[in-house]
Amino acid sequence: MDFLAPVINGFGVVLEPTNLLYCLIGVVIGMLIGVLPGLGPAATIAILLPLTYGVEPVTAIIMLSGIFYGAQYGGTITSVLLRLPGEASSVVTVFDGFALARQGRAGTALGIAAIGSFFGGTVAIIGLTLLAPIVAGFALDFGPPEYTALAMLGILLVATVSNGSKLKSIIAASLGLLLATVGRDTFTGEARFTFDNLSLADGLDFVPIAMGIFGLGEILYNLEERHNKVQAPAKVANVWPSRKDLKESSGAIGRGSVLGFFLGILPGGGATIASLAAYAMEKKRARNPERFGRGAVEGVAAPESANNAAATSSFIPLLTLGIPANATMAIIFGALLIQGVTPGPQLVQNDPELFWGVVNSMYIGNILLLIMSIPLVGIFVKILRVRAAILAPITVLITLIGVYTINNSIFDIWLVIAFGLLGYMMKKFGFEPGPLVLAFVLGSLLEENLRRSLLVFGGDPAGFVGRPISGVLLLAFLAVMLLPLLQKAVRKTRTPARPVEALHEEKERV
Amino acid sequence: MTILVGYVPTPEGEAALEAGIAEGRLRRESIVILNSPRKGAPVDAALASVEQVAELLRRAEVAGVQATIRQPGHTDDLTDEFIDIADEIDASLIVIGLRRRSQVGKFILGSHSQRILLQADRPVLAVKVRERP
Repeated sequence: MDFLAPVINGFGVVLEPTNLLYCLIGVVIGMLIGVLPGLGPAATIAILLPLTYGVEPVTAIIMLSGIFYGAQYGGTITSVLLRLPGEASSVVTVFDGFALARQGRAGTALGIAAIGSFFGGTVAIIGLTLLAPIVAGFALDFGPPEYTALAMLGILLVATVSNGSKLKSIIAASLGLLLATVGRDTFTGEARFTFDNLSLADGLDFVPIAMGIFGLGEILYNLEERHNKVQAPAKVANVWPSRKDLKESSGAIGRGSVLGFFLGILPGGGATIASLAAYAMEKKRARNPERFGRGAVEGVAAPESANNAAATSSFIPLLTLGIPANATMAIIFGALLIQGVTPGPQLVQNDPELFWGVVNSMYIGNILLLIMSIPLVGIFVKILRVRAAILAPITVLITLIGVYTINNSIFDIWLVIAFGLLGYMMKKFGFEPGPLVLAFVLGSLLEENLRRSLLVFGGDPAGFVGRPISGVLLLAFLAVMLLPLLQKAVRKTRTPARPVEALHEEKERV
Repeated sequence: MTILVGYVPTPEGEAALEAGIAEGRLRRESIVILNSPRKGAPVDAALASVEQVAELLRRAEVAGVQATIRQPGHTDDLTDEFIDIADEIDASLIVIGLRRRSQVGKFILGSHSQRILLQADRPVLAVKVRERP
């Protein structure tokens, strides 16, 4: 019972009225922005960061994580009803979800998606509950060299696994590392890249960067009116899936949940990749794959379970190792730092209330979402009538006021605007903003640990390879770096002989 | 020659369509139904869905009137959209539905109906919803 006591205490934390309220606010906001195409969970969490200043760390993280997994529920609604994925992670739901809606079975698709999401989320939370303390216990042996290797691996994985061009992601990550070096050097006190500007002396703050690149950048990008097509409001009848549908999709939900859970843990993984992979797997497993894309219930169930499971399990590396697995986690990492909590292996022991409070809030949040998502679909769809011309200025205003309230500094507002423009340009030219923000967050961690370990090793970099854990991590780093190059070389020599295989690979990636 | 009918899925729009179909049958002219949603939001309640469009066309067909539907999105000025299309198809008549709006409401929000009535350079038939006794 030694293990269970803190878990139960965590429920005590969640059930405090304040925390319950913030959990509810979080999941409602999450669902709302999940429904709205364009504004993703990362952007919303970034914009709402200043809101969390006045509350307890537990409460803040409960709300922010609620936004994250709530968005996975919301994104489904627009995918199914309007063929408009509200979230990157529900892009694949469009294929079968919209086909089902056209057959008049929109309710079935939404119901299955909600149940799948609930199940996926719950499986992942149970996994998180059991696995996280073990990983954290293991990570207690980590010293500076291990953290150096882990941070490098994390940045590289996020850059290479993210969607979009690998080279561009690596460029973005490098820029993030460069930005992390601005300010006073913690070891020597030397000023770097400050241009004799006092505001830069303490380095760039995480909040203006996240709010600029994710918040303002996305708002600007969405103003371009790429979703030009206006659609008629859809009607939803009968949200409860039949027993036959449930039976058909139960296998898909189970497989999707497990797959999503594991993909969520990997750095660079996360909800989007999990949903793609789960859809591809279901299609491959199905006895008659032609049904997919024409309204197969499994095609909705698998990706929706997977993206929720992945959204939840991506908290594992953050809360146990202190390494954010994706861009949204990077922002939550930033939020924890602002609250004076350093996520890492010590978190479970030093701050069990926070750790278990956040983890257990997910049980509550998922139940809230399941209760809300089915009856409230109609209300959420109504939000889509709000025009961008009204929504965007309000969001920008909230962002700028928010960033000003943190330090009462006008300089921060200029920073947000500058990074907003940078984020907009990056999106415009096909650079993912995620790796930049993630590299910025990990940059200071990487630098600090690298220099500390070099001091320990007396300046000899061979020491990294000598320690077992950091050696293995560096080996993985090399493997991740070289594997795509090797694959490319192998494919080049074999292409004429095996065109079928190449085609297959293409399909896997979807 | 054709008749241009402004349609939105509301009682006023229905009244306009009814009058438009009747007029088309009387004059032996085809009708063009204009259903223009406002751009900028993903969803607009003024837009007729695919099923509603099919229903509209069926109703015109039953009445023996040849009908086509246009659903271009307008950015901010419905009146211009209306007058441009009326010019393009050289409409013999424009049919629109009127709704009751207070003086203050009209002053603040303006009125597309009023502007179409005043600015169109061809006959406009303004239809009201018949109140049920």
